[in-house]
Amino acid sequence: METIYSYSFLILLLPALSFVILALAGMKMSHKTAGLIGTTSLGLVTVLSYATAFAYFGGDRMADGTFATLVPYNFTWLPLGNLHFDMGILLDPISVMMLIVISTVSFMVHIYSFGYMHGEKGFQRYYAFLSLFTMSMLGLVLATNIFQMYTFWELVGVSSYLLIGFYYPLKPAIAASKKAFIVTRFADMFFLIGILMFGYYTDSFSFSFAGNVVMGEGTTPFIAGNAAKAVAAAGFILPTALVLMFIGGAGKSAMFPLHIWLPDAMEGPTPVSALIHAATMVVAGVFQIARMFPLWVEYAQPQMSIVVWVGVFTAFYAAAVACAQSDIKRVLAFSTISQIAFMMVALGVSLPGHHGVLDNHAQLGFMAGMFHLFTHAMFKACLFLGAGCIIHAVHSNEMAMMGGLRKYMPITNITFLISCFAIAGIPFFSGFSSKDEIITACFAYSPVVGWIMTGIAAMTAFYMFRLYYGIFWGTENVEAHEHHTPHEAPVTMTLPLIVLCVITMGVGIYTTIAGFAGWGGSFGQFVSAEGTNYTIHFDTQIAATSTIIAILSICLATYIYKGESQPIADRLYKTFPKLHRAAYKRFYQDEIWQYVTHRIIFRCISKPIAWFDRHVVDGTFNFVAWGANEAGESLRPWQSGDVRQYAVWFLTGTVALTLILLAI
Amino acid sequence: MVPVQYYFVLSALLFFIGVFGFITRRNLIAMLISVELILNAVDLNFAAFNRLLFPGSMEGMFMTLFSIGVSAAESAVAIAIIINVYRNFRSDSVDSIKNMKW
Amino acid sequence: MANFVVFCILAVVILGSAVMCVTTTRIMRAATFMLFVLFGVAGLYFLLDYTYLGAAQISVYAGGVTMIYVFAIQLVNKRTLQGLTERLKGSRILWGGLLSVIGCATVILVLLKNKYLMAGMAAPDVEVPMKDIGQALVGAGKYEYVLAFEFISIFLLACIIGGLMVARKEESK
Repeated sequence: METIYSYSFLILLLPALSFVILALAGMKMSHKTAGLIGTTSLGLVTVLSYATAFAYFGGDRMADGTFATLVPYNFTWLPLGNLHFDMGILLDPISVMMLIVISTVSFMVHIYSFGYMHGEKGFQRYYAFLSLFTMSMLGLVLATNIFQMYTFWELVGVSSYLLIGFYYPLKPAIAASKKAFIVTRFADMFFLIGILMFGYYTDSFSFSFAGNVVMGEGTTPFIAGNAAKAVAAAGFILPTALVLMFIGGAGKSAMFPLHIWLPDAMEGPTPVSALIHAATMVVAGVFQIARMFPLWVEYAQPQMSIVVWVGVFTAFYAAAVACAQSDIKRVLAFSTISQIAFMMVALGVSLPGHHGVLDNHAQLGFMAGMFHLFTHAMFKACLFLGAGCIIHAVHSNEMAMMGGLRKYMPITNITFLISCFAIAGIPFFSGFSSKDEIITACFAYSPVVGWIMTGIAAMTAFYMFRLYYGIFWGTENVEAHEHHTPHEAPVTMTLPLIVLCVITMGVGIYTTIAGFAGWGGSFGQFVSAEGTNYTIHFDTQIAATSTIIAILSICLATYIYKGESQPIADRLYKTFPKLHRAAYKRFYQDEIWQYVTHRIIFRCISKPIAWFDRHVVDGTFNFVAWGANEAGESLRPWQSGDVRQYAVWFLTGTVALTLILLAI
Repeated sequence: MVPVQYYFVLSALLFFIGVFGFITRRNLIAMLISVELILNAVDLNFAAFNRLLFPGSMEGMFMTLFSIGVSAAESAVAIAIIINVYRNFRSDSVDSIKNMKW
Repeated sequence: MANFVVFCILAVVILGSAVMCVTTTRIMRAATFMLFVLFGVAGLYFLLDYTYLGAAQISVYAGGVTMIYVFAIQLVNKRTLQGLTERLKGSRILWGGLLSVIGCATVILVLLKNKYLMAGMAAPDVEVPMKDIGQALVGAGKYEYVLAFEFISIFLLACIIGGLMVARKEESK
């Protein structure tokens, strides 16, 4: 194993160290020092990640054309009889790809936060938590076994909680952070049950690797899970365990109905939203399914349809709600939910249910899902950071306060526009390749799913451009602008935007041309379901269809929203007030959850249990304590202080003892 | 010849008369006097045992001797304490030194 | 025979004085009755041919201890000499009496049940020679009591000093 891999532990260690340093000594440092420490460590991590990726993907493949799975470090942390919890680092095409995504976006966010969080109280704490989050996310993708993934999963949840609740003096922020943590924790309960079932029946927590595993020196070898044993025990064990794990992933990735935390999580600072809730944490669920993909392929084929339909419904729901939101961050949040659902669907359709063979189209779904993850991270982060610049300039999240900003913020305008094109799926922008591949895979799975996803793609284009026009065109909010003219963001904030845009454009141009010309060397070469080289060919029919539909949606949005006033939008609003209101209120999902938890769970389950705990359990102990107290009180008068009394008792005892001994 | 049981009965009676006195009396000095009675009863018992059952050895006599000495010393110390109590509490009744009760 | 008569007289004296001692209400009378008890016990020692012991009893107990008690009575209770009486609580008497009777019965039962006691041995009418006593007292051999003797002396010293310390008058501030 090459030496670069032995430095891979630094990828985890550096952010951890920076977290510890900033957490303990942050308040004694100046803002600039803290920011520099965080950013430098992230910069080093980025360099290392890229170096690892170059070494990994540039290196030789194995004999059967796949990349070897490398395990530079793996040690037993907690042996428990049959099972043992390991901690280690695993390098595998998807984990190396995720390394690149996470480190790039995190680094951009670190730089961006210099400008955005300038002058905020708690600057050092912010950077400490960012480092914690980065470390946790990196640990999650580099996990060698499902339990390590779960550990870092929880850590990511904690970091998210800490960062969402960053403005803790504000009540909405606290409520949002609690909601995020509780909802994801609730989902993680299912995840844990799934892990335990899996571990119990297969005697191992390791991901089963049929492929070639190259272990580093001194590492504990994997004990591959004995899946056959699980199947022999009962046929439904493994699929159930996998579906339970999926539910955990669905919570983290904001699938319906566990998506409720993500819009509220926008209470956190915008760079946090960009990093956590757009690019990295929310894709943890997708990553989990990709990691467990060989197991899904072998043992849980019928259950993949659950994944598909959950994804489809979520995508539709989120897109519908996004069309009616007025807060720009909420629009982006629902857009994220929708896009992640796309990724889930892509993974789900990788198995044509009635074939059971991993054929060409099957590979496509997996690869497309991963590719979309990559491109989505880049352009969504760009969108969020752009939104941050806008919020920074206008000091408000509402679209009503914006409008006509294109004159004041040119760079933000251009980068936002490019990212909108990317998300809409226009050729030569990165979103086109990935989204098109997903739709192609959907059509191969089932035409119904294919047309639904195309429709949702159209809705995506529509609401994104509604957002774009609402911010940068439309009516200018003149009074507000007289008080405080919005200005372009400082260079620390615009530089990440430009970098991310460059990546988006670069990937987009290359893959578009490569896809049409049939070149290799694009994403499929590196990441695919089987591990072998997969050359992307665009299905011209589907590509054309989706492009035309996207352009139509954009034109529709332009027609409705571009002008100074929006008569059509107002007329639609008057015609369907209830529908608009329902969409604005996210179809009352939060109210439903509130009702279920308060009326049903709290009243019928929690209250009786609490009563039992307070009266029966506590009552028993109180009674025991009361009894002891009473016994003590009744013995108290014996200490009368009267010496003669003592003598009486003394003698009585002696005489009694003598009599007893005599009797015996 | 006096049978040895008579000595035992006598000393037992004396002992329990002393016990009765100790329990009943309220005056500190009277309690001490009762204690002296008890000690004397015990000494008598030792001496009788020694003389009448084990004439060859002298342990009983020496026990009694030392017991007399110790009783004298202990009476002295007890009297000193009682004098101190009297000074502090202005009373020679045992009810006045109940501070160590609950 | 004569021994027996003397024993009976002494027994009556002892028991009578003891009973009076514990039931009288006046302290001075209690001290006096105690003196009689001590004399009686000394007499019994003489009857047992323990002359040295009897002498020690008289000189230490009847002489020294009784004097201490009389002094203490006078120091502690100014009104004793005028005859202030002490009330005895009824329930206490009952309990004390009950306990004493039961205890006494138990002890006597145990003592008398022992078979070997029934052999009321004939004791030699020879008193223990003083020379033996002296040698045993300060001898360092196996059954000799020099250690106890020294200990007793130090103990007495400690008690004297302790008594002095305890009863010392506080220096007026």
